[in-house]
Amino acid sequence: MSTATQVAYFVTSLCFILALKGLSSPKTARNGNLIGAFGATLAVVVTVAQRGLGHRPLIIGAIVVGTALAIPAARLVKMTAIPQMVALFNGVGGGAAMLVALDEYVRLHTVDSTAAAIAVAFTAIVGSVSFTGSLITFAKLQELMTGRPILVPGAQIVTCAVGLGAVGCGIAAVAASSVPLAVICTGLSLVLGVLFVLPVGGADVPVVISLLNAFTGLTVAASGYVLDNTLLIVAGTLVGASGTMLTQLMARAMGRRITGVLFGAFSGPSTAGSTAEVVSSDRAVRSAGADDIAILLAYARKVAIVPGYGLAVAQAQHTCRELVDLLESRGVQVFYAIHPVAGRMPGHMNVLLAEANVPYEQLKEMDDANPEFSSTDVAVVVGANDVVNPAARDSVGSPIFGMPILNVDESTNVVFMKRSMRPGFAGIDNALLYHPKTTLFFGDAKDSLSKLVAAVKLL
Amino acid sequence: MNNVGLLTIFMLSIFVGFEVISKVSAVLHTPLMSGANAIHGIILVGAILITGSAQGGVQLTLGVIAVVLATGNMVGGFVVTDRMLEMFKGRNKAKAAVAAKDDVGGPTT
Repeated sequence: MSTATQVAYFVTSLCFILALKGLSSPKTARNGNLIGAFGATLAVVVTVAQRGLGHRPLIIGAIVVGTALAIPAARLVKMTAIPQMVALFNGVGGGAAMLVALDEYVRLHTVDSTAAAIAVAFTAIVGSVSFTGSLITFAKLQELMTGRPILVPGAQIVTCAVGLGAVGCGIAAVAASSVPLAVICTGLSLVLGVLFVLPVGGADVPVVISLLNAFTGLTVAASGYVLDNTLLIVAGTLVGASGTMLTQLMARAMGRRITGVLFGAFSGPSTAGSTAEVVSSDRAVRSAGADDIAILLAYARKVAIVPGYGLAVAQAQHTCRELVDLLESRGVQVFYAIHPVAGRMPGHMNVLLAEANVPYEQLKEMDDANPEFSSTDVAVVVGANDVVNPAARDSVGSPIFGMPILNVDESTNVVFMKRSMRPGFAGIDNALLYHPKTTLFFGDAKDSLSKLVAAVKLL
Repeated sequence: MNNVGLLTIFMLSIFVGFEVISKVSAVLHTPLMSGANAIHGIILVGAILITGSAQGGVQLTLGVIAVVLATGNMVGGFVVTDRMLEMFKGRNKAKAAVAAKDDVGGPTT
């Protein structure tokens, strides 16, 4: 490796540190990302230009193909689908790391270092888990399959067996430098990734994406060790460490433990959830039309909007803003109460509302919003459910117990805009729906909001 | 480089990784995850190196697929992060516009 290349790699490492640093503050976030992109481009250009690199046209062609696939995917994806896009990109990164490891295995006959061989096995196993695991989270979020936890009796034993098998084959492949064993190890690890993510469901999926992200980072670091490349070690370790930290922060924002997320804390009490559903189906709910709700809103003093994923899916953030502007012009005080995991990921809702040009002053984070509810006349819950479920606060046996929620039940009236009586993403029934002060307004969030806008205009 | 040297780099990187994001608001969790995701796309450098020294069809095939996937990770990751952060910039601009003209009406996007 020439000195120029090493200097370039050093600059890139520095760029990545600055990128992560920048990304942790709203003011510097965009520049941080650009610095990271600059560093990555520099490293790739220098690597491709390196003297003695074989198959250069083929490599450049492959990069062009990858870019041509990725840019439209990243540009055209709807803002609501961002979480699964991140999962997908993470998955292909894990897949790339796995292939690099397999490639190393193929040539390992000539490499005589146990440490390198172990690093290769580690990359093959963890990279494969990250690859298939991410694809499953993608399928869950894209609703190609159910978002609920998939629990099969004895599944944990199977998962453990497959995991041990993968590690065993990995060790054996290292000891015997056997390519077939390495392939079996990779195959088992691919299955392990699927089994690992299947029992995770509901609001826990983003936490797992973050964890798999950290995993991919560590595999990149291990590849860096094998290839004797400090840039990969630094970049991979940075992502591994910050990703682990981020996973913890996200889990904490939801009042969950990492172990609970991974080993399906939703599993035990899910039966309790389903019985509650049966009981509640007999209970009465109160629903109303657009005119009644428009009157309720237009003559209120203070209104809280609680946006959730339903608002995002219906692309209703612009209509929502229209309604809020209308109410404000009538002298109603309006604020948005944003739960940390509103939408599908922490911070996702802020992005969506920013897209609709909602003024920053109207957005209130959970800690600032909760004291406001007791003086709020109407809380309008648009397509949210779990984040306002009082069970998280009051019912010890509930699977979501302990998750911080928005206390909308403290406001004088609650309006729920829902497509149906179906429970939320976590699959848990919400007692607030049956509360006497709650009014339901059924329909697609965008349609409902348009009807409300029309009705308020007529008043 | 020898193993101890690599281990030193590894340990220091762990601490830097923890340190740079220890206090980050929930608003930025998604972009930060996405940005970190793009950074591990640097496995592309590894993929290029193994493809460049590949001998035989199997190694070459694995390498080329790895290059395509890693490029997808890196390019897609940075672009999608930028799109998310663009929204934040839009918000600041909207804020400034409201302050300047006191004009709230009419969708601008």
